Parts: sequence; structure tokens; C-alpha cells
Amino acid sequence: MPTPLVVSEVSKSFFMHLRGGLRLPVVENVSFALKTRECAVLGGPSGVGKSSIIKMLYGNYAADTGQIIVQHDGRLIDLASASPRTVLAVRRDTIGYVSQFLRTVPRVSAVDVVAEPLAVRGVDREDARAKARELLARLNLPEMLWSLPPATFSGGEQQRVNIARGFITDHPVLLLDEPTASLDAKNRQVVMEMIGEKKAAGVALLGIFHDQDVRDAVADAVIDVTRFAPGKVAA
Amino acid sequence: MTADTPLLRVSAVSKSYGQRIGCQDVSFELWPGEVLAVVGESGSGKTTLLNCISTRLLPTSGTVSYRMRGGDWRELYRMSEAERRFLMRTDWGFVHQNPADGLRMTVSAGANVGERLMAVGDRHYGNIRATALDWLGRVEIEADRVDDEPRSFSGGMRQRLQIARNLVTGPRLVFMDEPTGGLDVSVQARLLDLLRGLVTDLGLAAIVVTHDLAVARLLSHRMMVMKDGRVVETGLTDRVLDDPREAYTQLLVSSILQV
Amino acid sequence: MNTIATYNFAYLDEQTKRMIRRAILKGIAIPGYQVPFASREMPMPYGWGTGGVQVTASIVGPDDVLKVIDQGADDTTNAVSIRAFFRKVADVETTTRTAEATIIQTRHRIPERPLKEGQVLVYQVPIPEPLRFLEPRETETRKMHALEEYGLMHVKLYEDIARNGHIATTYAYPVKVEGRYVMDPSPTPKFDNPKMHMSAALQLFGAGREQRIYAVPPYTRVVSLDFEDHPFEIQKFDRPCALCGAEGVYLDEVILDDRGGRMFVCSDTDYCEERRLSSPDREEKKKKKVVLP
Repeated sequence: MPTPLVVSEVSKSFFMHLRGGLRLPVVENVSFALKTRECAVLGGPSGVGKSSIIKMLYGNYAADTGQIIVQHDGRLIDLASASPRTVLAVRRDTIGYVSQFLRTVPRVSAVDVVAEPLAVRGVDREDARAKARELLARLNLPEMLWSLPPATFSGGEQQRVNIARGFITDHPVLLLDEPTASLDAKNRQVVMEMIGEKKAAGVALLGIFHDQDVRDAVADAVIDVTRFAPGKVAA
Repeated sequence: MTADTPLLRVSAVSKSYGQRIGCQDVSFELWPGEVLAVVGESGSGKTTLLNCISTRLLPTSGTVSYRMRGGDWRELYRMSEAERRFLMRTDWGFVHQNPADGLRMTVSAGANVGERLMAVGDRHYGNIRATALDWLGRVEIEADRVDDEPRSFSGGMRQRLQIARNLVTGPRLVFMDEPTGGLDVSVQARLLDLLRGLVTDLGLAAIVVTHDLAVARLLSHRMMVMKDGRVVETGLTDRVLDDPREAYTQLLVSSILQV
Repeated sequence: MNTIATYNFAYLDEQTKRMIRRAILKGIAIPGYQVPFASREMPMPYGWGTGGVQVTASIVGPDDVLKVIDQGADDTTNAVSIRAFFRKVADVETTTRTAEATIIQTRHRIPERPLKEGQVLVYQVPIPEPLRFLEPRETETRKMHALEEYGLMHVKLYEDIARNGHIATTYAYPVKVEGRYVMDPSPTPKFDNPKMHMSAALQLFGAGREQRIYAVPPYTRVVSLDFEDHPFEIQKFDRPCALCGAEGVYLDEVILDDRGGRMFVCSDTDYCEERRLSSPDREEKKKKKVVLP
């Protein structure tokens, strides 16, 4: 089975200059691979570094050491050392991401927020909007909200916009950071279905899920993040 | 092909004013369609750097090269002044913090937008006016203001007019010096959104100098943090803001007021 | 004792004349380019033609015949005093006849009768810089001339059309000289612009207060700026001169009374007079021709 993303011996710590140079190790020796048609889930208690791992895979956090190898545009790219331009290209074409919170942009409507990842890939704007409406409808976002900027939406509404934005493209890798946290049961169900469709389409997914039932339903593999706790190797 | 070739190469640019350092040993490349934010507090050298790159201030040392439309690389400070000025009003734009510095306050909005067209030889009044009207629309200025002088415009409108005036010749590179400085927050948001849309739609490369990290996050792909004339940290914008590595960047990021 | 005798020929000292002639020669060599010169104090206020007077004083010789017009007329104060000035300080012959003059100093008009080779037209110029209207910085306008950046000139014309529906500039209408320098033809009506084009006469421009001299040599291209869809046009008058019946000439409006009475007559008084005198039925008037002082 192809592995579009391989993480090997990645470590991450925060160096707090403003607190007297305090070094805060987060994870060490993170190694795993994502497989196509599978959803892997990061497991472990909160504060163990699950979110940091997802953010490193998206290039949002820098890795101190190790490699994050992704198949992009027919080549292997090490995201841990890639230039900003390369990271942006990988985000545009290869790795999708549903963050925990939606970062809103003033004056941009929900439809356009969702359509943007397609638009930047050169898809006709109207086609992209049509697909965005389709997804928003599926996620039961009231139609009257579609043309409004999501800044004033409720947490659950914003999260659905965020999910639609992440799922609209056909990226081969999709990262999900607690996408169902603020959703009701009905919409959670929709998201689980959508994850299933992504798997069927050959996407490799990596997620953090708070709800046990969602996790059980979508997970093909569980990666125990406590294995990567700092000091583990030395011990 | 061109996407893999930078548009601008800045190598070891330094500018000193006697003993005082303006900016020191700055190097970077800028690609087509890429927006680079240069952030730092007042006196960090970001505006000095911007001026050195945009031919407005001769650097003490270092080189700045630009890939012309024909594909050939030219070192800016080896070009004749005529060539540099031609570049400035065709392939480049410069958006000043104070719109009055970039506009002709006593001629109409339409003429402000049309001037660059006339400067490159457009001699058809009807076409110039039609283009000016189109651009006023794109920067959300009502068509019936086309014959009004910018003196009668609000700060936000003036700034939008300045942007239209710069973009009308389809430049490939735009320099912006605190483009939202001095504007009300709500006006800032509108301008930022407009700029963001234009930059994306036109595939513009831009260098935006700002002390406002929110502006940098919204507009830029990449960020360069400056302190005391030197670049202290550089990288993907969201990486620098969400995972700042250097002491100064951490201080800067932690100083933002949360709302 | 005759105090005039203490002045040098044509008032200016020879060093000054040489300096001005050098500026004139440079101006002729670079048609339309404004040459700086060290303008002297003249025995008349700025705005009364000190630039033109210095140019005339530097080129006039004892054999020259001088004509001076102000708004086309030979008999207005300015014209009369400058003519008197040169008669006094250079003892030159003066005339009101365009055809007889070798040097014609003018304010605001070009004579209707086509000029010929050997004649020199000296313009009095108040503001020589055509770009000043929109760009007050002299350092910048000089650079714009040097680099041939003339977009701004069209901005002015654009504003005209935007505000008035047509190019409303009627005097000091900018021209491009020999395809290179944009030049202010001094406050002549744009009606006269075509007369500058390929003129057989040498045209010299002197701005005393602004300390600039520029020139258009004989047979030089002088093109009025315009837009493709708003081409340059000269003023048209819908009636002939009320005195001589001339058509296609520049007319002045003369108010006759306070009840709206008015007439339109040639602005070029010499041209008008000549036409009237040469018309057969007024042959006898020729003998009574008024001789101006």
C-alpha cells in the first residue's frame, strides 16, 4: 500500500526566550507513515503533542530534527527543511488541513472561504462556488449564511465552514485537527461519511478526534503519541 | 518555468547613515505572485530596506537584481535613471502610507489613474477614461467620483485610489509601505480584503512593510522580521507567527493585543 | 549732456549680450530646451517683457528694423514703450509693418502675415515651464524633460476634457518641438500654434524673471499635443473682422457701449490696417496713415 507521507525521527520543543530561555520539549522521535485509503488517528491524553504533530506536518510549526517526507508533484519533499514556497505548493496541491478553529477574513463570504482552495488551484471561480455550496448544504449550514462572512457565526457553524474548506479539494493527504469537536450528532455523522468517502477515493488521512465514537468509526490505525514523549528514548 | 525563477534578487544589501545602520546585510529572493511581509518596530530598518530595493535610496553596498519582462536580469543600480523610472511607472507600483505622497491631490481621480497610461503613450481619451472607470470600480470607488479631486476623498478612498493608480499598468511587483497605517480599523479591514483579492487575482508579487502582524498574516505568504537593521527571522508567515523561534519574534508576537 | 550716451549700444553691456547670445545659440541647437541664463535687471518691472527685451537687446544691430506688438497691437503701452526704449538706447529704426521688420518682439500673438526667412520673432514669456501646472518642483520637471517623461502634460489635457468636454486650454497650449521637447509657446492663443510649425523665421523665447531662454529654429516641426479622439483644433470665428472683413484671423472683441454693443476686429492691428489701406476704395486714406510714436 502506498505511503504518501512518512514521518521519521521528528522532534519538537519550544524555546521560551521570554521566560528565561526555558526549553519545553513536546515530542521526540516521532516516526510513522500514512497509508492511502486509511485514516490514522493520533491517540493519547491532551497536552501530549498531538496537535503539534499535525501542525508540523502542515508546516505551521517547525520541526527541530527529523524528516517529514511527502510525495508531492512526483517528487519526495522533506517538509521539515523545505522552503516556504515549497511548503505553500504542498499545501496547495498535496496536503489539506482542517484546523481546530476557523481563521476568518473580513468581508469574505462563507462560500468564498470554502471555494478558495479550489480557486487558488485555478478552478473556475463559479465552479468552485458551486462545489462549495454543495458541501455547505451537505453539512446543513443554513443557506442564509452562505453569503455572509463567517466571523459572526457560532462555533459549530464556523467549524462546518472549516470542514467544507478542507474537504473541497482532492488532496492526497488530509489532516484533521478535532474537526467534530463542536458539532452535533447529525453533522458528526455527515463528517464521518465524508471521511469514509475520502478513504474510498484513495486519500491518506490523519486525525485527532475527541469523541470516542467518531474515533472508533473512522480509525484504521491508532498512533499512540505517548510513545513520543520526551525522554522516552533515553529512558 | 517562470514560476521557478525569482522575480527579484536582493543580495547583501546594507545601508548606513554614517555610523548609524539603516539595514545590514539583507538577502532574499522574491518569486512571481509571492507576497513578502517585512515586519518590525519603528527604526528596525524595514522602510530603509524597502527604499533600497525600490530604487528610492542608494544602498551603501549589495546588489538588487530584477528579472525584466523580457526575461533578462538587470541590476537596478546599474540601470540608467531613465530605465529605472520607466520600470517604476510600468512594471512596478509603490503604495505610500500617506496617499497624498502617491497621488496628485489637485487633479481628478480619473486623471490620477490615467496618468500612468498616458505616461506609456496612451493617447486615446475615451480608452483612458474607460480604463480609469474600470479601475475605480475594482477599488470600490463610485463611478460618479471620477472627476472629483482626491482632496475631497476620505482616507480609505484615497488609499484605494492610490492602489488603482499603481495597478492600472498591470505591474508585476508592488511595494507597500504601511498601506493600512493611519486608517480606522473598519476601513483597514476593507482595504486589506481588497488588496488581498487584487494580489491573488492579478498574481502580483509584493513587498509589504508593516508593523501590524495582522496585516502580515492576512496579506503575506512569507515574513521577514527585522530588528536594528538586521533580519532576525524569516519563514512562512503562519509558521513565524504561530511558532516564532527567535527571542525578538516571540516578544513581537506576544505583544499583540488579543480581541 | 545727453545721459543716454552713457549706456552701451542697446542698453546691455557686451559681456551680458555675449552671455545671452550663448544661451540663444544653445537654445537653437536644442530646439525647445529651456536654457538658463543670468537675467539682468532691466529698467522696467518683471512682467513687462524683461526676458524678451534682453533677447532683443542681444541680437539687435544698427541695421535692424524693429517691430513690437502686445496682444497683436502696435499701439498699446507695452509695445510703444519698448519700441521707444530701443530707439533711444540702440537708435534702431522701428516699424509697425510686419513685412518690413527684421526683429519682431511680441507679447501674446504671432502676426497674421506669414514670416519670412531672415526675420526673428522674440516672445516675451512669463512662465516657461509647461509642466509647472502639475509639478511645482523644478528639480523634477527638469528630470522629466531630460528623460522625456511627458505623460503629465496629457494629464492636464485630460482634465480639460473631463471638466469641459473638450480641450479648453486656449492659450499657452503645449507643443512638442521637433519630436523631443515639450514647450510652452508663451501665452499666445492656440490659434497661433500652427504658425510656429515649419516657420521660416527664427523664434526666440525670453523669460526674464524665470531666467530661461529657448528657441525654435526656422523650419522646425512644432506639434500641438492632443488625444486621438480629441484632436487639436484652433479657435474658429463665425464672422469676419468688422473693419477689414478678413476671415480666418484671430479676432478681438471690442465693447462699444454699456448696452451690449460689441464688434469683433483683427487682433493684429497692422494686418487689419494694411488690408483696409490696400482696398481700392480707400486708396486715399493711405496718405493719411497715422504715424505712431
